[in-house]
Amino acid sequence: MNAERRHVLKALAACAALAPLRAAAQGFAGLGAEAGGFAPVLPSTRLVFPADHGPHPDFRIEWWYVTAVLTGTEGAEAGVQWTLFRISLAPPGEGGSGWQARQLWMAHAGLTTAESHHHHQLYARAGVGQAGVTADPLHAFIDDWQLVETAAPASGAPASALGPLRMAARGGDFAYDLALTTERGVALQGIDGYSVKSERGQASHYYSQPFFEVSGWIAPGGQRRAVTGRAWMDREWSSQPLDADQSGWDWFSLHLPGDEKLMVYRLRHDTGPAYVTGNWIAPDGSSTRLDPGAVEVDALGEAEVAGRRLPVRWRIAIPARGLEIETAPLNPQSWMATDFAYWEGPVRATGTHPARGYLEMTGY
Amino acid sequence: MLSVTSLVKSYPTPQGRLEVLRGADLDVAAGECVALTGESGSGKSTLLHLIAGLDAADDGEITIGGTPLRGLDDRGRARLRREHVGLVFQQFNLIPSLRVGANLAFQARIARRHDPQWEAMLADRLGIAALLDRYPDQISGGQQQRVAIGRALAARPPLILADEPTGNLDEATSEEVVRVIRDLVRESGAACLMVTHSTHLAGMLDRRLHLTGGHIA
Amino acid sequence: MTAPAPPSPVPADAPAGGIRAGGGLWVLLVLLSHWRRSPGQLATLVLGLVVATALWSGVEALNEQARASYDRAARAFQGAGVPALVASEGGDLDQSLFGVLRRAGWPVSPVIEGRVRIAGEPFRLVGFEPLSLPAGSGLSALGGGGADGGGEGEAFTNFVLPAGRTLIAPETMARLGAAEGDRIATTEGRALPPLLRSDQIAPGLIATDIGFAQVLLGREGKVSRFLLGPGEGAPLAEVTDVALRRVAPTGDDDMERLTASFHLNLTAFGFLAFLVGLFIVHSAIGLALEQRLAMFRTLRACGVSALGLTGALLAELMVLAAAAGLAGVAAGWLIAQALLPDVAATLRGLYGAEVSSVLALGPGWWLSGLGISLAGALAAAGAGLLRVHRLPVLESAAPRAWEAVSRRRIAMLGVAAAGLLALAGALAAWAAQLETAFAAMGCLLLGAALALPAVAGRALIVAESLSRGPVMQWFWADTRQQLPALSLALMALLLALGVNIGVGTMVGSFRETFTGWLDGRLAAEVYLRPGSEAERQRMHDWLAARPEVGAVLPSRAEETRIAGWPVELQGFTPHPTYRQNWPMMAILQDGWDRVAAGTAALVSEQLARRTGLAPGDPLTVPTPGGDWRLTVAGVYPDYGNPKGQLRVAVAELERRWPGAALASTAVRADPDAVPALLAALAEGTGMDPANMIDQAALKRESTAIFERTFTVTAALNTLTLGVAAAALLTSLMTLATQRLPQLAPLWALGLTRRRLALIEIARMLALAAMTALAAIPLGIAVAWILVAVVNVAAFGWRLPLHLFPGEWAALAALALAAAFLAALAPVLRLARTPPARLLRIFADER
Repeated sequence: MNAERRHVLKALAACAALAPLRAAAQGFAGLGAEAGGFAPVLPSTRLVFPADHGPHPDFRIEWWYVTAVLTGTEGAEAGVQWTLFRISLAPPGEGGSGWQARQLWMAHAGLTTAESHHHHQLYARAGVGQAGVTADPLHAFIDDWQLVETAAPASGAPASALGPLRMAARGGDFAYDLALTTERGVALQGIDGYSVKSERGQASHYYSQPFFEVSGWIAPGGQRRAVTGRAWMDREWSSQPLDADQSGWDWFSLHLPGDEKLMVYRLRHDTGPAYVTGNWIAPDGSSTRLDPGAVEVDALGEAEVAGRRLPVRWRIAIPARGLEIETAPLNPQSWMATDFAYWEGPVRATGTHPARGYLEMTGY
Repeated sequence: MLSVTSLVKSYPTPQGRLEVLRGADLDVAAGECVALTGESGSGKSTLLHLIAGLDAADDGEITIGGTPLRGLDDRGRARLRREHVGLVFQQFNLIPSLRVGANLAFQARIARRHDPQWEAMLADRLGIAALLDRYPDQISGGQQQRVAIGRALAARPPLILADEPTGNLDEATSEEVVRVIRDLVRESGAACLMVTHSTHLAGMLDRRLHLTGGHIA
Repeated sequence: MTAPAPPSPVPADAPAGGIRAGGGLWVLLVLLSHWRRSPGQLATLVLGLVVATALWSGVEALNEQARASYDRAARAFQGAGVPALVASEGGDLDQSLFGVLRRAGWPVSPVIEGRVRIAGEPFRLVGFEPLSLPAGSGLSALGGGGADGGGEGEAFTNFVLPAGRTLIAPETMARLGAAEGDRIATTEGRALPPLLRSDQIAPGLIATDIGFAQVLLGREGKVSRFLLGPGEGAPLAEVTDVALRRVAPTGDDDMERLTASFHLNLTAFGFLAFLVGLFIVHSAIGLALEQRLAMFRTLRACGVSALGLTGALLAELMVLAAAAGLAGVAAGWLIAQALLPDVAATLRGLYGAEVSSVLALGPGWWLSGLGISLAGALAAAGAGLLRVHRLPVLESAAPRAWEAVSRRRIAMLGVAAAGLLALAGALAAWAAQLETAFAAMGCLLLGAALALPAVAGRALIVAESLSRGPVMQWFWADTRQQLPALSLALMALLLALGVNIGVGTMVGSFRETFTGWLDGRLAAEVYLRPGSEAERQRMHDWLAARPEVGAVLPSRAEETRIAGWPVELQGFTPHPTYRQNWPMMAILQDGWDRVAAGTAALVSEQLARRTGLAPGDPLTVPTPGGDWRLTVAGVYPDYGNPKGQLRVAVAELERRWPGAALASTAVRADPDAVPALLAALAEGTGMDPANMIDQAALKRESTAIFERTFTVTAALNTLTLGVAAAALLTSLMTLATQRLPQLAPLWALGLTRRRLALIEIARMLALAAMTALAAIPLGIAVAWILVAVVNVAAFGWRLPLHLFPGEWAALAALALAAAFLAALAPVLRLARTPPARLLRIFADER
């Protein structure tokens, strides 16, 4: 990315005060304010599908976030990330269409193999057809990146189920094009999709579709390789900023044996202990919140990444469920040197529950 | 102080080379004031100029205070003039844009021997003490020549060369000027060689040399 | 009384060097003391240096300012620094294409462009989209560190969301007298978003987010073009039905290349002024050295070495030059400041180049100004200093016989002058390059100046032989004796007058030619600039139905290159209007018919000169569909166009370039009905009145542009003339003191002081009149070089030479007045000199 362009984009990054990605993005546009004219996140809200696959412009920040763990025909492992962020530049109000639309779209794509890590980012204004999301059919796009339903869901599938998806993105030195399929419905995170982010009550609406089967190709450095694997989609939106002393987070999504799924995150505080919680998702999509105290997440080993030290090996234990695993990255250098820089890449877990999944670490 | 041996000098003219000096010898001791007389065109001024380093001899030796002039370049000769020779000309050659006082002190200053007390004494003796703030064109010819004499003496040179210093002055003033030069040279212990065509004025000095046919008689 | 022992003779270790610092300073002070006694001379010297430096550095300031502006413009955001996609058929594109192209992988960024009027002045408005803006477009931040503090993210939000921001160059803001945050209204009554200063915006341009610009331009949902970033998406034909054309970015160095001649012109005039100044310096220094010869000898006799004396003189010169140089550079800044608006207007009008009208000059400029002053002083004094260095100490200290020496010099100057004039003639005859043309001019001027003393001396001898009576004979003889001392001042006057006449003649010739040319060129009553094909069609349909409209003559333009030179290809409608009015230099008998038939083209004078084409010659024009073989039907003057031009029948142009851009449409109509017609056209078709112009207004605009082209030249001219007059004045004042001894005998012989004074004035007037007379042929020669050599080399067109004797008379009168004034002061001094002083001077003269 050239320096001049980067400068403009930096301007946008500065909007978000360079705080941890997912977390800080929630604090975008009106730092320190409460919902500040945006729709509040309420525990009583019930998610409705397929409408909630689409955007929620009354909320400050929102994302469509897909990670996939893949295996090539010769057994080589890889990981892919596809993310589209919607950011409100100003609270909802009159007008705001066309060039004056208050939405800004930002997208990150990543492709990780054991040998290399590729990433790219895009920005786009809303209102002029360069980027946007529709709910039914799901069509999320920015430039020529897309996450789009290519057919209707199977008849009889749950209302939250999506039809087959095509997920494609490209950067300067990589590209991928994958088909994602599942007939299952989504899993609600937190309690009924109300996900608390701290003991002080900051929260988001959060659901996942962790059951995708994936096939397609990836092209790290130009060479196409056929891959298959599993994908996990996260949808989250919020208006409330995080606490000022929340410095970053470590987030895991793991495909456990027996088609069970585990999502765990650890929100770090400058003062006091981290806030650690998550959800255990059964193969039928039913989701159980793991209360703070029920999960232990500890850093095991650090690595030098992009000029800083990051914990890339972790231990996760959930005594109540008999889970005790250690995770290691496919590529410790999975650094997303985007305007908000963070670590995101595929990991493999060993222990009581051997698994593959994704780790995201922000605020380092 | 001054020693001239076998000095030869000729000039090219349209009629051929004119031999002005053909082996002139002379000596002037410290504290001595010597008159140099001769016919018009006999080479008096030429001799003086050669001694002052203003011109170069064809042959022969000039030493001032034991230092031979031969072998000095323009800068060396300038230094010699500045520090060891005081020149007085027929034209008074004062610097018109400097006041009398500054003219008097000029050579001493550039020779870095500026001595206000000595200069004041000279002005006093030369009778120009009241004129120090005037410009040269505001004083008479006799007064201007006194300033020129003062300028030559102010740097305390061991040798004073005067070329017809009274040529532009009337008789009474001439006598007075020559007397002043003689007295001041004696007092300062310097040597003095004065070119004059006047036998009367020459008679006022310690010794008289006559230049004729390119030789000193 | 015992005196201290005399110091020992030269010590063996005496340094070979001359006087040490203290002594050297003394010598310098003695040298400087001369100026206190001759303030007039000092004034002349300083004035000469100040003027030379001021004019030179003033012109350099203008050039540097322009260069800096071009550089910045090349780097600054113009919306044109990268390739772009435009509608093949011209006109706006629909905004919906943006998303379509982006989603197909095309890294495009939409731009809308147009003109808005603010306080009646047109400004280019560019609306862009900051997020997609490609690299190399020249914009890297949305604020210049101006009022929008805080986060840069905030700057983005402020820029795109209401009320938005208007990015504007500081110079433009200053020109509008506006401040950051102001909301300026356009002449159409729409308010711009609040102003935000940005150093990255080219002067004369204003930029907003595309959304605001669309509204301001009344083109909602429209895009002028899509800037292209690196990379390509899917084939365009698969992406959209809209025909798109890729256009290359505007070359960065174009402006510099186009304006090079203009700047060379300025530089040449600056240099000329510098030379006139140096003449004065040379004369003042020469006089000062001459007058101090006796002093130099005394100094040498007192023991200052030749090197020490020359060094001190050099130091003196440098001190004076540095002081005068500083003043000169400051004065140059003022001159540049005063001329800049006209220069900027000329460059804008003639070349479309935006030059910032706020003077911003770096330390380099100041230093170079100082340097040129020092170098100039050195050049002017070099010969004199060398002479002092070689000065024999013994030569009679009496002032040199001025005249004898100078006579020899005048003779030498005469020979040099003849050589220079011959060289000037040869250079002018073969000059193809602007540099050669100016060299010819330089030789001519220098030669003429050097010839002046000899010529004037001859004239005075003739006058003397013709005059009767002793006083008259003495008058001429004495005037001749004065000549050498005054000659440098007279040379300066001659140069100033000659250049003045020359430039005046050129400007006058141009005006005379240009007016007639415009009349023929702008024969149609109305010119319209349709914005799109649709508008053109609408306009044509509407006009066709109007009874007062005689003919509608559309045109199209295309760019091509012939012999590597950018050439405008103009397609015009063959119509009697052109045949009857279009000014031609030469045309084949059936030329117009052959052009109409598409077998021939008209070429502009610039193109013809450049390529050596003449009527009847074959000409091949490259077209997208292969070469187009044409015959040159005729050559027409195209004054002021920096590019070459080729005119062909519009139908033929359309056939070969289907995408050729729309150019203006000429409309023949009843002149009285024009205002009503235009009003009705605007109402009937919705066409922007800014795109309609009637003949009278167009002529007015064109003439104004061309008048301004010469404003700077004329101003420099006037300054030079003033300088010459000042030089004359100071020279005379310096000489006044020397004159008294020469006049005293006459007074003693019985001429009254009053009569002597009158004679002195008459003498000056005679000399000035002779100089003015000599300046007329010189001026004509200068004018000829300008119109026939310089213009051709610089701009590619030649002007017919017109003569303006009235102007010569006025200039001669001016010269006489200057001479009269210059002579007045010394003469008054003479008249007031008491007889006793005259007597004393007489007596002192021996």
